[in-house]
Amino acid sequence: MAYDKFTKLTSSAVPLPIENVDTDQIIPARFLKATERKGFGDNLFRDWRYNNDDTPKLDFVLNNPIYSGKILVGGKNFGSGSSREHAAWAIYDYGFRCVVSSFFADIFKGNAINVGILPVQVSEPFLEQIFQAMEADPKAELTVDLAAQTITINATGAVESFAINGYKKHNLLNGFDDIDYLQAMKEEIKTFATASAY
Amino acid sequence: MSHQPTTLFDKVWDAHVIRKIEDGPDVFFIDRHFIHEVTSPVAFLGLETRGIDVMFPDRTFATADHNTPTINQHLPVADPLSANQLLALENNSAKYGISHWGLGDPKNGIVHVVGPENGITQPGMTIVCGDSHTSTHGAFGAIAFGIGTSEVEMVLSSQCIMQPKPKKMRINVNGILGKAVTPKDVTLFIIAQLTTAGATGYFVEYAGDVFENMSMEGRMTVCNMSIEMGARGGMIAPDETTFNYIKGKEKAPKGEAWDKALAYWKTLQTDAAAQFDKEYSFDAADIEPMITYGTNPGMGMGISKSIPKATDLEGGVATYAKSLKYMGFEESEPMIGKKVDYVFIGSCTNGRIEDFRAFASIVKGRKKADHVTAWIVPGSHIVEAQIREEGIYDILTEAGFLLRQPGCSACLAMNDDKIPAGKYAVSTSNRNFEGRQGPGSRTLLASPLVAAAAAVTGVVTDPRELL
Repeated sequence: MAYDKFTKLTSSAVPLPIENVDTDQIIPARFLKATERKGFGDNLFRDWRYNNDDTPKLDFVLNNPIYSGKILVGGKNFGSGSSREHAAWAIYDYGFRCVVSSFFADIFKGNAINVGILPVQVSEPFLEQIFQAMEADPKAELTVDLAAQTITINATGAVESFAINGYKKHNLLNGFDDIDYLQAMKEEIKTFATASAY
Repeated sequence: MSHQPTTLFDKVWDAHVIRKIEDGPDVFFIDRHFIHEVTSPVAFLGLETRGIDVMFPDRTFATADHNTPTINQHLPVADPLSANQLLALENNSAKYGISHWGLGDPKNGIVHVVGPENGITQPGMTIVCGDSHTSTHGAFGAIAFGIGTSEVEMVLSSQCIMQPKPKKMRINVNGILGKAVTPKDVTLFIIAQLTTAGATGYFVEYAGDVFENMSMEGRMTVCNMSIEMGARGGMIAPDETTFNYIKGKEKAPKGEAWDKALAYWKTLQTDAAAQFDKEYSFDAADIEPMITYGTNPGMGMGISKSIPKATDLEGGVATYAKSLKYMGFEESEPMIGKKVDYVFIGSCTNGRIEDFRAFASIVKGRKKADHVTAWIVPGSHIVEAQIREEGIYDILTEAGFLLRQPGCSACLAMNDDKIPAGKYAVSTSNRNFEGRQGPGSRTLLASPLVAAAAAVTGVVTDPRELL
């Protein structure tokens, strides 16, 4: 589905300074049984967020009212493991529009962009600066500017550039998706398929 | 004409690029597409919303596996949500004219088991599925990788995805594997060396005599786990072992088409002077039976060793401590002798006939430990039939094991096969993430031999002592 445009976002953020956050943590398999893309945010980080009796685990960051915002800041190697796009849907449905980390797993990164979440990969020192800014002030705001490809820690003014390929950037800025693009080249695909060895 | 030396990966990739987008991904043609009940329904919904059709329904194959029960498959599925997903797969397949091997179909089984065993998977193909273990099919010299549901919708509607070309890595393992060292141990060893993110951004070619001497089942186990070190996929150059496996399979080319295909498949090799972005080499003699002790597949070690200290490893100390706390383990402890509550053999990693032969080789003449609950789950009905034909079923039954019906089962615990909170499972599957096999479950990844040794002794046991 085509999604909202992403241009510039200024928001406080939620810190999750854990490495190798895998997609089974983001959304456990037992919550993948829907046939529609609805309600996944309720089960985002389910087993870190709730006890077995469904009471909230108070030491988990999503249950800490001090932290809120549209940006999730995770530790290195965010989104490893299963290809489930449900992980990106859960993050989006919960209200995040941007995930920041010093390293992303490939499939998660692609899925995030495909559902309209901007993955912003920063250096490890910059990630550390973000975590420090949030520790100093839980409401510390970050500004993510897609056109300029920069992320700023507003309180300190520290800025870093991030990479994104021009095609995906154009899509996000305009709310286009890959299916629009592919539908426009069906004749070319048909010709290719006819000549295919398989 | 100058001839630039290229890799196997380049040859297959470049043959499938329809268009290169400047400062963007390649428009990449997909030969075969597998779908299952969990990651496809929203893609079909997307087609409906947009009012577009499936472009090439005969290039997509559906099988039910993630959600299916592993007992009483002839009865209606009890969980209404699971039943609904299975029905959606059946209805969507029928609506668009896609081949569907549903629950009870003799060809049903785990998608990455049934694709190869029916000859759908062939060298030189591009293969995708909404499942990260699609890398399994790379064992045939195909480029195969997992995709998200948006991409499932792309493939259904255009037979293409938009994919930047990954970097290239080669992993060489040469030498003679020791006693009780299986393909699963080789892959767990490699992942432990590279770490869980060590190959992110790369597509791997496995090379060396260890892989050349492996069966297709073994090669599938190795390629299957490529994603567990972050690689998009892994592949092995096709050879006589590959061709012999495919020949005669239902969907394999026949007669003249076979000869033509074979001639092409034989060209699918990395040229001698081809360059990789990264290359690793390991000695087979350094690999012993492996077991994991933590909460990602990179946290593995030789079974006779002790759990490493955080300070001896890369990565954050806090994350490591969280992981060991979850597992209930301490630094520097041995794993041998730890009590095991559950044993699971199966999954797209180790659910093929060779895995059950290995399991039976240790179980034969012994009894299941009383306190161990064991789930023995074949990867497909074809594997199940082989288990019966080869007498493995009788060995299992005599030792007190029950053979279940095919499916993904306890690998991801979407059905009722869940390991209870706090319990330890030696599992031949692919992931030991927190809660992967059920909320609070603790997973020790290992080979079928290590699983069998645990099943009969009730504790983590070196399989070399039982062979």
